[in-house]
Amino acid sequence: MNGFTTLLYKELLRFWKVLLQTVAAPVLTALLYLLVFAHVLEAHVEVYPGVSYTAFLLPGLIMMSVLQNAFANASSSLIQSKITGNIVFVLLPPLTHVEFFLAYLLAAMVRGLVVGAGVWLIGVFFADLPLRQPLWMLVYALAGSALFGIIGIIAGIWAEKFDHLAGVQNFVIVPLTFLSGVFYSVHSLPPLWQAVSHANPVFYLIDGFRHGFFGTADVDPWRGLAVVIPCLLVLAGLTLRLLQRGYKLRF
Amino acid sequence: MTPAIRTVGLSKHYRQVHALRGVDLAIEPGEFFALLGPNGAGKTTFISILAGLARASSGRAEVMGCDVVRDYRQARRLLGVVPQELVFDPFFTVRETLRFQSGYYGLRRNDDWIDALLERLGLADKADTNMRRLSGGMKRRVLVAQALVHRPPVIVLDEPTAGVDVELRQSLWAFIRELNRQGHTILLTTHYLEEAEALCSRVAMLKEGRIVALEHTERLLTREAERRLELRLAPPRLPPALQERLIECREDRFCLRLNDYAEIELILGRLREAGVRVEELSVAQPDLEEVFLRLMRRA
Repeated sequence: MNGFTTLLYKELLRFWKVLLQTVAAPVLTALLYLLVFAHVLEAHVEVYPGVSYTAFLLPGLIMMSVLQNAFANASSSLIQSKITGNIVFVLLPPLTHVEFFLAYLLAAMVRGLVVGAGVWLIGVFFADLPLRQPLWMLVYALAGSALFGIIGIIAGIWAEKFDHLAGVQNFVIVPLTFLSGVFYSVHSLPPLWQAVSHANPVFYLIDGFRHGFFGTADVDPWRGLAVVIPCLLVLAGLTLRLLQRGYKLRF
Repeated sequence: MTPAIRTVGLSKHYRQVHALRGVDLAIEPGEFFALLGPNGAGKTTFISILAGLARASSGRAEVMGCDVVRDYRQARRLLGVVPQELVFDPFFTVRETLRFQSGYYGLRRNDDWIDALLERLGLADKADTNMRRLSGGMKRRVLVAQALVHRPPVIVLDEPTAGVDVELRQSLWAFIRELNRQGHTILLTTHYLEEAEALCSRVAMLKEGRIVALEHTERLLTREAERRLELRLAPPRLPPALQERLIECREDRFCLRLNDYAEIELILGRLREAGVRVEELSVAQPDLEEVFLRLMRRA
């Protein structure tokens, strides 16, 4: 194994060893949302013709789980290592900043996608969910998990205590994901909030992902990609630069 | 010959603090070298820069001729560091920890060496134990093993015996000595000066980021330490000719300054002439602690 594959394997094993907390718990949380919201709104809301509210909700919840868990994996691993001091074990060896970045990123994506797959697998017992354009679903799942994995790396590097990380999680990640059309179509919002939603990159992630299932969504998936890919590239570039400089890691 | 460790004008300043102020140092391959200094002298900063955990504000550092910034991958392969803090990853067992560490250095199959390290450090029966369940001393041994998984020619130990019991300390030193005999260069920082005195051929003393002494341990002791002759006399009376040598006296015990061992004969002659009998005699060996304190006060 080279440095990169070892670090990736270590990061995967890290969350795999506490599966109950890292996979089972977020799957259960998503299912609770599904049960409660679907129960209350199923009879009242039909966002797309012929699509039940529960089916509409499910892709949103899957994507929300993917994003939140990709973020959580990278950020919590880094902050734990920094606070306990065992980050030195990966700072002392001859790993390059690119290897470091890719290992944490891929592990975060895997965790996000595993949780997402879990929500999907159990969610289909509650709703009839088609999969009309699987490629779009896959593209958005990968892009979303990568974007939030990168944000997780940045947050993990930047945060000096768990409180900082909780701040990012509660004041940035949760609002961004909640206000992005997970639970509703942005077309149902007043014009001002529609415009605000369109400025939120997470909206495009959820919408494009949903397009993969229903073959229809609020905006064209290509347009969504035109927003998501530049965000991804800019943040990846920024993260690589931070790692190369050793920002908050090498003093 | 390329020095194992070389620094030129190495400086590091944080916002308020000057941790290092232009340190020039060359440690030869195969040396057992001690870096001494009080807390905050810059020892850990020095080691951190060598290991790439910190970046120098100016100057440069090399490990076996490889610049720790420009050629960092090679420099890190050549260096094994035992950190001062007792850090560990609570998710993994001892063997997993060592396998990961090997992998980070690109070593695919390293189990034979890992087993040898576990055996040598008395960890063989703990291989599959989670790191969390180990005692402090055991965790310290794993840190040593982690620093050695890639068989680095240069080994840096940052206060490895702080808070470690006597038995472990001795077995650890026996192992490090053996590595040194095999040709590994050892750089050690320690608070236990007797350790540095017993193990290291050369010492550097740091104070406020500057080297205030750099010498062969023995030469430093000879030059700086005051040798003393301690006597118990009967009757308890020092002849006038020896008064100028007197450092202190308590009842029948006299402590005299000794510039050279040859002077003992002269002193004994004077005592005999004065009819004073020597009941006890000992020569106080110079000790690094004394030198250390004196240099720190002076610098």
